Amino acid sequence: MTTIDNSRPGAAMGDGLPAPVRLGGEGARTIRAGFIPLVDAAVLIVAAELGFARKEGLTLDLVKDVSWANVRDRLAFRQFDIAHMLSPMPVAAMLGLGSNPSPTIAPFSLGRGGNAITLSNRLFARMQEEGALGEVEDALAHARALAAVLARMRQSGEAAPRLGVTYPFSSHNYEVRYWLAAGGIDPDRDVKLVVVPPPLTSDALAAGAIDGFCVGAPWNMVASERGLGRIVAAKQDIWPLAPEKVIGMRPEWAESNAETVSRLLLALDQAARWCDEPDNRGTLAELLAAPRYIGAPIEIIRRVLAGEFAIDAAGNRRVIDDYFVFHRDHANYPRPGQALWIYSQMARWGQVRLSPEMQALAAAAYRPDLYRHALGEAAAPAAPAIRVEGERPGERFMDGHVFDPADIGAYVRTFPVRALAESVSVEQEG
Amino acid sequence: MTHRDLTILVIDENAIRASIIEEGLHEAGHRKVTVIHEVQGVARAIDTLRPDVIVIDIENPNRDMMEHLFQLTRTVGRPIAMFVDRSDTASIEAAVEAGVSAYVVDGLKKERVKPILDMAVSRFNAFSRLQRELADAKSALEERKVIERAKGILMKMRGLSEDEAFALLRQTAMNEKKKMSEIAQSVVTAAGLLM
Repeated sequence: MTTIDNSRPGAAMGDGLPAPVRLGGEGARTIRAGFIPLVDAAVLIVAAELGFARKEGLTLDLVKDVSWANVRDRLAFRQFDIAHMLSPMPVAAMLGLGSNPSPTIAPFSLGRGGNAITLSNRLFARMQEEGALGEVEDALAHARALAAVLARMRQSGEAAPRLGVTYPFSSHNYEVRYWLAAGGIDPDRDVKLVVVPPPLTSDALAAGAIDGFCVGAPWNMVASERGLGRIVAAKQDIWPLAPEKVIGMRPEWAESNAETVSRLLLALDQAARWCDEPDNRGTLAELLAAPRYIGAPIEIIRRVLAGEFAIDAAGNRRVIDDYFVFHRDHANYPRPGQALWIYSQMARWGQVRLSPEMQALAAAAYRPDLYRHALGEAAAPAAPAIRVEGERPGERFMDGHVFDPADIGAYVRTFPVRALAESVSVEQEG
Repeated sequence: MTHRDLTILVIDENAIRASIIEEGLHEAGHRKVTVIHEVQGVARAIDTLRPDVIVIDIENPNRDMMEHLFQLTRTVGRPIAMFVDRSDTASIEAAVEAGVSAYVVDGLKKERVKPILDMAVSRFNAFSRLQRELADAKSALEERKVIERAKGILMKMRGLSEDEAFALLRQTAMNEKKKMSEIAQSVVTAAGLLM
């Protein structure tokens, strides 16, 4: 078990400068990094391709993988040193959830944004028939309209629609559940959540195997441009500050390669700044579109990066500001408060029981101490790592709830739609 | 209970490799073996078969779907763990290297499961070896063909005998530190441009 150790040298350095990286010591290093072909692997890819890693004396050896389960296992079994991971994966790993939990920490977040929810044209047409959909894109109105359609489907004995997510411990799973529940839909009763690999979502929608999905970029836009579906909500609509992907590593590896970790974070920080520059987005799109990375049409990647959404095949467009934030506003800072929000959603849906011990484990999955050590106090936000979320303008949850990590049990109980009540009861320690 | 036949499910999109593994399991005396090539129906198969061991190709993107299923089965008290013995890093590495991943019902004795995984690993490796040999044989055949064509071109254009043409190709390859097939390919390409 890993706890946040503020007594570590450098962790408490208040001089606002990065800790000096000693050369020699661990020497020039090759880091094997697993990734899944998605736009949010951009920072890792840019660090490897554009010399940011080399500048820090590192070689980033990127290995493309096909499933999150593989990424998790290959990291656990030391085939990877670090990996591009879903933000809930280190939290699940620390809580002992899933079929191969192995301690994993996240000292760096790869940014915000990128997810969206797409429904089939057929389902969306029925939502329009139910009425009350205005001209303005409104994720909550969409969820409520879907609730009305589902009620009608139940009355007439139609099978519940199947919605695809990517992994049981994914931002997508919690976001689509949040969106459904905000509209009054019980994700475990009123729809059927299934797992579909993101590159297959368009085909699955076309074949009628699923009726909608929540995945990362560029797959929502691929489906809408093919005329297969309608984008009804983006990650920004649900909670603009929701973490997306992180860099995961084994705590014991981070400990015995402290210098390498610091250099890696410096390289990733530089790469993230580069990715945020509007002038670099064209080059970035070109790099990501290559077959060895995402292998999707460059035009789509370019528009996805700009947040220019074709929401349907009829040419309706929506521009989402900050659809991808790679660095700005402390997007790379791994806030334990985010890990706790993920933990609250795991409890809400019955994946984990709440206890003070589990809460400490969840928070320890994110390691701002390593981030501060590598990049300096000045790089970290002034706000406390654990704070009340959803109060400030531009940071609100779609249903107006406010997350207070001080009482997660109470927070989960404020949701009218949640899993069985006993799974959210607070267990006493021991 | 301890000597009840284990129910084994093999999920592999490669039908040939799956049948090689199935055969190995039968040879080892396992009778309750089911093979699925397509991912459609995996959920139903797991539900009805209740397998003790699942062997799945590591390159199968539908592993994430399995994780989802196990998350559901966990709630009905059927936890499934990955690999037999976390401390046995050599076996784990061999499995991942070979491209095998496996799920095992928690609580099964590892002496019962390890031979199954070892067998799957060796059969996966044997299959890759076969594929490699096949690819090698194909490229050897291609190389021989191109050398024959280059010889023919040299004999015709420079009036050489077959032995002389062959010797010229070999000498050039040695001088240029290249493979004979590469030199032969250049001859064929050049001839195509010149004629």
